[in-house]
Amino acid sequence: MSDHSTTQSHGLVHRDDEGSKLGMWLFIFTEILLFGALFLVYSVYRFKNQDAFHAAALNLDTVIGTINTVILIVSSATIAMSISALQQKNKKLAITLMVITLVLAFSFLVNKYFEWGAKFHHGLYPGAEHLISLGSGQNQFFFLYFFMTGLHAFHVIVGMGFIIFVMRQVMRDELTYNNYTRLENAGLYWHLVDLIWIYLFPLFYLIH
Amino acid sequence: MSETVLKAGTADQQYQPSYLEMETKHKGILAWILATDHKRIAQLYFFSMMIMFLIGALIGVLIRIELMAPGRTIMDAQTYNGFFTLHGIIMIFMFVIPGLPAVFGNFVMPIMIGAKDVAFPRVNLLSWYLYVIGGLIVLTSQFVGSGPPDGGWTFYAPYSVKSAANIGMAAMGAFFLGFSSILTGLNFLVTIHRMRAPGMDWFKMPLFVWALYATGWIQILATPVVGITLVLVVFERVFQLGFFDPAFGGDPILYQHLFWIYSHPAVYIMILPAMGAISEIIPTFAQRTIFGYKAIVVSSLLIAFVGYFVWGHHMYTSGMSDTAKWVFSFITFLVAIPSAIKVFNWVATLYKGSIDIQPPLLYAVSFMFTFMIGGFTGLIIGAVAQDIHLHDTTFIVGHFHYIVFGGTGFAFFGALHYWYPKMYGRMYNIKLANIAWGLFFFGFNVLYFPMFVAGYMGMPRRYFDYLPEFYIPNLISTMGSWFLYAGIILMIYNLVKSRKTGAIAPANPWNGVTLEWSIQSPPTYENFDEIPVVKDGPYKFK
Repeated sequence: MSDHSTTQSHGLVHRDDEGSKLGMWLFIFTEILLFGALFLVYSVYRFKNQDAFHAAALNLDTVIGTINTVILIVSSATIAMSISALQQKNKKLAITLMVITLVLAFSFLVNKYFEWGAKFHHGLYPGAEHLISLGSGQNQFFFLYFFMTGLHAFHVIVGMGFIIFVMRQVMRDELTYNNYTRLENAGLYWHLVDLIWIYLFPLFYLIH
Repeated sequence: MSETVLKAGTADQQYQPSYLEMETKHKGILAWILATDHKRIAQLYFFSMMIMFLIGALIGVLIRIELMAPGRTIMDAQTYNGFFTLHGIIMIFMFVIPGLPAVFGNFVMPIMIGAKDVAFPRVNLLSWYLYVIGGLIVLTSQFVGSGPPDGGWTFYAPYSVKSAANIGMAAMGAFFLGFSSILTGLNFLVTIHRMRAPGMDWFKMPLFVWALYATGWIQILATPVVGITLVLVVFERVFQLGFFDPAFGGDPILYQHLFWIYSHPAVYIMILPAMGAISEIIPTFAQRTIFGYKAIVVSSLLIAFVGYFVWGHHMYTSGMSDTAKWVFSFITFLVAIPSAIKVFNWVATLYKGSIDIQPPLLYAVSFMFTFMIGGFTGLIIGAVAQDIHLHDTTFIVGHFHYIVFGGTGFAFFGALHYWYPKMYGRMYNIKLANIAWGLFFFGFNVLYFPMFVAGYMGMPRRYFDYLPEFYIPNLISTMGSWFLYAGIILMIYNLVKSRKTGAIAPANPWNGVTLEWSIQSPPTYENFDEIPVVKDGPYKFK
């Protein structure tokens, strides 16, 4: 988002930390609306197929879901701590915390992979005969499950890319204790990824 | 605006290399397609958009020729279906939605608020690339796969998820175009919040900037909804999901809701910047301060806000509850109030002004004329009982072309004639521009007005064939399209030719008082040598 501090063709240097953060917040609004439409679809189909959604949700693995929730919340904390570390001129600690965040994000994806794999193994994927035999309500549940958690996983990957991008800049001292807005923006984005999961988790795993 | 600013900009200053001629680190075409300067990006948008507009308009003319007489005239039914779909996608997603913000917003908005560029110049360039990618995907969808997309630009499910035609690709293209629109809106919001010159308070901003501000909010808050909905359609086609397919318990009406939750506010993305441009043109050519500045600002924001809650009026016949119908109908009527406030204010601005009839003003006044017809017919079909009769007739086609083409289109070309001397430092042939406008305006009304008549008689829209009783209105309508197209061609000829050979334009040919007229034409790379200090509100004429 932030476009300052780099040389442009005419050396027009423009740095506006508040503006960069504002841009990130506006982008987060669009992301929330993006998922908001899906939450709308979810609530309509949940309302229409209450029993089927109840039955289908029993197939989800609450343990893996809980572990992944904890992982994401902790990773949100580590990225926030990394910002504080950089503010206090502790570059090494900031990078370490970013690496921890990335490791946690990656383990989230690994868990997701095994979780999805198990669903495929049990014939619970769109188009599978077993799922079709369970009726349209359960089908809708799994369409939404795969689409929404898949889109969320895509955001996890984008967020990781963003963190790697700013981590390189911290390493090269392009982001420092008095110029850390881009790291803050990466953190904001990461909190969004976390926040969306906080809603996905109960909607799919916990409500029975 | 302070007097010193005006003087410094116009007479006393030496001409400096403009944004068109400046040296950059890239050469040739790269100096343009890698440019981050807001004025160059505006030009990139302008040229790509005009190409799309001409293609879209040509398809429109072909559709009209097909409908000139009952039965097959020049194309078969499936081609016709593909053509009206492509016409809709091109005109909506690639011309009127990006339209004024991407071209004139990019060009003059930063200058109007006294800034050197937008807040995120590279994101600005990225949004042009997304526009181009989206446009190429849509065009490619015509030639590859299982045949050109059909079923209309609305991608209504379940047809869109079942049709054998290449709809998925077109929907993906529209997704990219939406993303481009979001980034433009985001960029403008931050620019307007953060980069106003000293003294440029919120209520000293020109009204075009205010209109872009209101538009920006709609762009970032409504577009994601249609974006994800189109992705759902694509996934439904590719991975055999069934969100909107009744066979899987999916709900096609839900698709319509999701689609119109964006696509109705999108109408205000189209019209608000157009109204903003009109609010610039009218005071300049009346040499009179705008009447009811604050009322226009508030009505822009009200339109943006209320516009979110009217989408259901597209769906009176789709099977909503009766309560939903009258609630949506009521809110639809409410939108007419802020729109009317603007029209009254424009008329009141002209009253007792020293009116100078130049091409931009002709476009602005004809905007008011066509927009009124479009607005009032909108109220007719906003009423539930009437709409049951008129739904999916050519009355609707007439209505939205009066709003979108007669509104946004006229404002776009009015803005083009208004800011053309600023963009290129040359003046077009005024006489030729007036003739082109005359053809344009005459052709426009001859083309679209008969659609109200045919629609009221019951002619359905989007049909390939029709009953003989609709022959006369259709014939008149088709002949109108030829005048309209001739007007467009003449206008473009005039503007293209004048780009090189037109008389050198002074910095302020219309005696405008907003900041863009205080700097040289065409502007330099950084717009201002010194960031101006603003003391007064806009539109203070002497």
